[in-house]
Amino acid sequence: MTNVKMKVNGKAVAREVPDETLLSEFLRENLRLTGTHIGCDTSQCGACVVHVNGKVVKACTTLAVSLEGAEITTIEGLANGDLHPMQVAFNDNHGLQCGFCTPGMIMAGVDMVTRYKAEGRELTPEAIRQELEGNICRCTGYHNIVKSIQDAATRM
Amino acid sequence: MYPVKYHKPDTIDDAVAALAAGNEALVLAGGQTLLATMKQHLASPGDLVDIRGIKGMVGIRTESDTLIIGAATTHAEVAGSDVVRKHCPGLAALANGIGDRAVRNMGTIGGSLANNDPAACYPAAMLALGATIVTNTRQISADDYFQGMFTTALDEGEIITAVHVEKPAKAAYAKFAQAASLFALVGVFVADGPHGVRVTVTGAGEDGVFRHEGLEAALSSSWSAEALDGVEVSEEGLNSDMHGSADYRAHLIKVMAKRAVAAA
Amino acid sequence: MSSGIGKSVKRKEDKRFTTGKGRYTDDHRMDNQAYAAFVRSPHAHARVKSIDAAAARAMEGVIDVLDGHQLTGDGIGNIICGWAITSKDGSPMNMGAWSALATEKVRYVGDAVAVVIAETQSQARIAAEAVEVDYEELPVVAHVADAMKDGAVQIHDNAPGNQIYDWELGDEAATDAGLKAAAHVTTLDITNNRLSPNPMEPRAAIATYDDAEEHYTLYTTSQNPHVARLVLSAFYNVAPEHKLRVIAPDVGGGFGAKIYIYPEEITCLWASMKTNRSVKWTSDRSEAFLTDAHGRDHVTHAQMGFDKDGKITGFKVDTIANLGAYMSLFSSSVPTYLYAPLMSGQYDIQNIHCNVRAIYTNTAPVDAYRGAGRPEATYLVERMMESAAREMDMDPAELRRRNFIHEFPHQTPVLMQYDAGDFPKILELAQEAADVAGFPARRAEAEKRGKLRGLGYSTFIEACGLAPSKAAGSLGAGVGLWESAEVRVNPVGTIEILTGSHSHGQGHETTFAQIVADRFDIPVETVQIVHGDTDKVQFGMGTYGSRSAPVGMSAVVKAMDKVEAKVRKIAAHTLEASEDDIVIEGGQVKVAGTDKAMAWHEVGLAAYVAHNLPDGMEPGLKETAFFDPVNFSFPSGAFICEVEVDPDTGQTKIIKFTSADDFGTIINPMIVEGQVHGGVTQGIGQALLEQVIYDEDGQLLTGSYMDYTMPRAADVPFFDVQHHETPSPNNPLGVKGCGEAGAIGAPPAVINAITDAIGTNDLAMPATPQAVWRALRAASKPIAAE
Repeated sequence: MTNVKMKVNGKAVAREVPDETLLSEFLRENLRLTGTHIGCDTSQCGACVVHVNGKVVKACTTLAVSLEGAEITTIEGLANGDLHPMQVAFNDNHGLQCGFCTPGMIMAGVDMVTRYKAEGRELTPEAIRQELEGNICRCTGYHNIVKSIQDAATRM
Repeated sequence: MYPVKYHKPDTIDDAVAALAAGNEALVLAGGQTLLATMKQHLASPGDLVDIRGIKGMVGIRTESDTLIIGAATTHAEVAGSDVVRKHCPGLAALANGIGDRAVRNMGTIGGSLANNDPAACYPAAMLALGATIVTNTRQISADDYFQGMFTTALDEGEIITAVHVEKPAKAAYAKFAQAASLFALVGVFVADGPHGVRVTVTGAGEDGVFRHEGLEAALSSSWSAEALDGVEVSEEGLNSDMHGSADYRAHLIKVMAKRAVAAA
Repeated sequence: MSSGIGKSVKRKEDKRFTTGKGRYTDDHRMDNQAYAAFVRSPHAHARVKSIDAAAARAMEGVIDVLDGHQLTGDGIGNIICGWAITSKDGSPMNMGAWSALATEKVRYVGDAVAVVIAETQSQARIAAEAVEVDYEELPVVAHVADAMKDGAVQIHDNAPGNQIYDWELGDEAATDAGLKAAAHVTTLDITNNRLSPNPMEPRAAIATYDDAEEHYTLYTTSQNPHVARLVLSAFYNVAPEHKLRVIAPDVGGGFGAKIYIYPEEITCLWASMKTNRSVKWTSDRSEAFLTDAHGRDHVTHAQMGFDKDGKITGFKVDTIANLGAYMSLFSSSVPTYLYAPLMSGQYDIQNIHCNVRAIYTNTAPVDAYRGAGRPEATYLVERMMESAAREMDMDPAELRRRNFIHEFPHQTPVLMQYDAGDFPKILELAQEAADVAGFPARRAEAEKRGKLRGLGYSTFIEACGLAPSKAAGSLGAGVGLWESAEVRVNPVGTIEILTGSHSHGQGHETTFAQIVADRFDIPVETVQIVHGDTDKVQFGMGTYGSRSAPVGMSAVVKAMDKVEAKVRKIAAHTLEASEDDIVIEGGQVKVAGTDKAMAWHEVGLAAYVAHNLPDGMEPGLKETAFFDPVNFSFPSGAFICEVEVDPDTGQTKIIKFTSADDFGTIINPMIVEGQVHGGVTQGIGQALLEQVIYDEDGQLLTGSYMDYTMPRAADVPFFDVQHHETPSPNNPLGVKGCGEAGAIGAPPAVINAITDAIGTNDLAMPATPQAVWRALRAASKPIAAE
């Protein structure tokens, strides 16, 4: 057991957990932030994607204990009062159906828009599709997810 | 997962000591393969030694014409590094094609090389570029390092600390991905470097990454995609599984080799 | 109005999903919750000689280890298939016994033999590995060809030759005569690849037993919680219905896989009583691949005859369907009544005969997956049409046109009476949108780049709405196929709709609210949808078979009819007018041609305060209705797929995918198009990427996303979705259902495009790069790299 301390969605948290606790379990079971979902066990579906120190990470393939002092943002912490433009865009463009992959899609979407803007690169639909290689959706056929991210990019 | 004890040493000596003292201890470098394996109860180390806190393990720099990449440097860092892009753009591009963005943010070059998955991308680059694998005890040439699938020259308790890559004149990688896993069904790295012209293949060989003499010979005489047209790629020693039979892989080796040459 | 029928109203339910506040089953946590982990067979076929749980019991955190003998000893019944199919010789289908925990034999890899209940999930899983099961391995038949061989090992004692039934539909003699008279006969042997539905939320269950009340509560990932309760109660003897509450909270996709009642839910309920703890089980993806019901898996030999003008003279189909090791809830109906009646497609065919043999194998159960039977039929019919056109050197669109049905209703020789449609019109729409006229130039341009372009059609019919009950019952269904609704107008005028339909991504909280807002001309925000809880909703048959709109919404309309009648009476009484003069609009209930009016909410208030109601009227404003339609609905579509094949690698890229759909009345175009996008992508997945593979020992080779290829964003293009509405006459809204069209229509469009590109018809799904490369080589097309 280790007393793991990190900052989650702007708040300092500390929990005594077994060393094998994954970040996804830490968020869901210890902090009860259940918006981070588990859709596979091979690190491919991306339903668990969160931001760790500003970078996308698969929470299901990261030990909580290894993130001592890290700053984590989950889907619950993305909105700052008002909804984040990415969240608004997913609603406006019907970028979700069952909603299960959505937190991961939104976290990945925010990351790619931020990165491309920082690098001065154009986030084309083709680039969005390529960037989504680690996020699987079974409902939407991706059409409206790509549109949502395109739309959000104009608002972020 | 089975219970495990986590260690995060500050020095290589402490890491070596933790590995030695641990119960079937393993190095945790990025965890993108190891943790997935542990989740499925296919690995059960009693201790994990996280090497990412050791000074000097992360970072990219050059010393004259040698690129030095710390073992715990992530794929995303390699892919995004101006130094790597300048030194060997093919290597940066290769790193940018491993896994997905989130995996690239955690997975490390040292972890990939220590695991030596037969469908991993990095081994192809290291062998083609004639890289040197630096450990806490010695320097191992890539030619000696890769010893078959999931098998390397690393001794028990030995930890990769960096890789050294001399600047090639030309180098590029072309991967045909296995559609589900996005690992290489066939990946071919071509390089014209200090160790001559090399063509390496990952994903296809029964024994992991290998050099292809026929393609190397053809490219040595003329560095062009057309030079490869007449080369026979045998299916002997190639994997046959539900994702690709040996004859298809043999065919793809040539197609990918030509594409890599065109991109170099 | 802005939020009524036909408007792309943004989804009311999205906020909780985009902010991480959705509440799926695994997000719930009960007091006193323990965890279940199943001990599963590593063998595809074996006798269970003994189970030794002593070591597991002694492990940290373990509460109990339970097995199948205890389960059956407590009177828990076998899992059943709810649709009885009669073989053509008059014999009933051979349904083998399926216990939630195997007692004597295991019949597929993943079959559960015991369950460990422990304090944590991790403890349960580790202890499950310590349960020692002594198996005596038996010969394995993992594929239908092996299962049907003489002398093959028999999986169930009551199914000789591993045959479940040998069934037929249609007139064989007339069909043979039609084929004999044909000027041309096209023959195809076709495999419909086995798929795993893969909703992104894995299945889960939390069962709680209240010993004081002898009452159970089950949270579960279900598309139809009332059906789950009915079956758990009536057949599995878990508890009588009034002592069992089933809640399907937010559910992360279903696609059929969450219709059925699986061993895990039954076991969790029973274990919660045995241990007096809440028992939670959450599948991981590996378990999902092993145990979620798979879909498709047909092998078919078919012949289609044509006269000299290209008119179809007969269509004869012989199909072998793999149903896996056990008969899942609706499995028997999928290759029979959901399949053969679709063989007429959009075409006027007088002679059809379809024979289906259903076979047991040592693999996971196979049941309905998005489309269920109709994709298999459509794939067959549409590959036939395209192949025939090529063989007869005709334009494939023209061959279809010559055979289209033009008049409705149309009675096919295979049970169905089509309601409405305009097949030439949707084909024309699709051809224009896809710029078919410009295709030759695009193909020539691609050829210059060394790429092979192809264009493929699929013009298809569906039968949706799964109804009516009487017809379904006469064909063997064990349940009615109606839907129920309750419309509750509150004293403040807001409305709750309680529906037996269940949304697991379809957007009912928006679309159901739209039809209410439209009817009463009130803001969509004042309507709330309640579903998914047997304690709240009167009853329901759930959501599958594209039935929520044609059946579920129709029940709401019927209940609204009753509400409106009462509203009129109250308003007429209050405003001293005739009921016939009352109009409902703009949030008011008015007397036409006067300035006399009540606000909508005043009517609600009047109904509940009951100070001044017409004599004899009951207080309140709440009505219930059950809707049982007179027929299926028949959505139709025309899909055109354009692909480019890289001959060097065999890789197919979908350049453009055009759909023209007739879904009847459209409630919310945005949501309907979303359903098409998703359905088409699953169809593309089947055509290009997905396949469940078992080796000959019955080991699952595609047990994770490392080996089973899910469509990713880069595998699909943007879709061009066109609509043409011919309302269904069989329900009050004229809707037809849109959930399955994409998955039904897309696979043949994709394969017809690829076979057009590569110039050979010998190509099976999934058309992986390797498969296409091999087909190209077999057809001796030039391959650039060689």
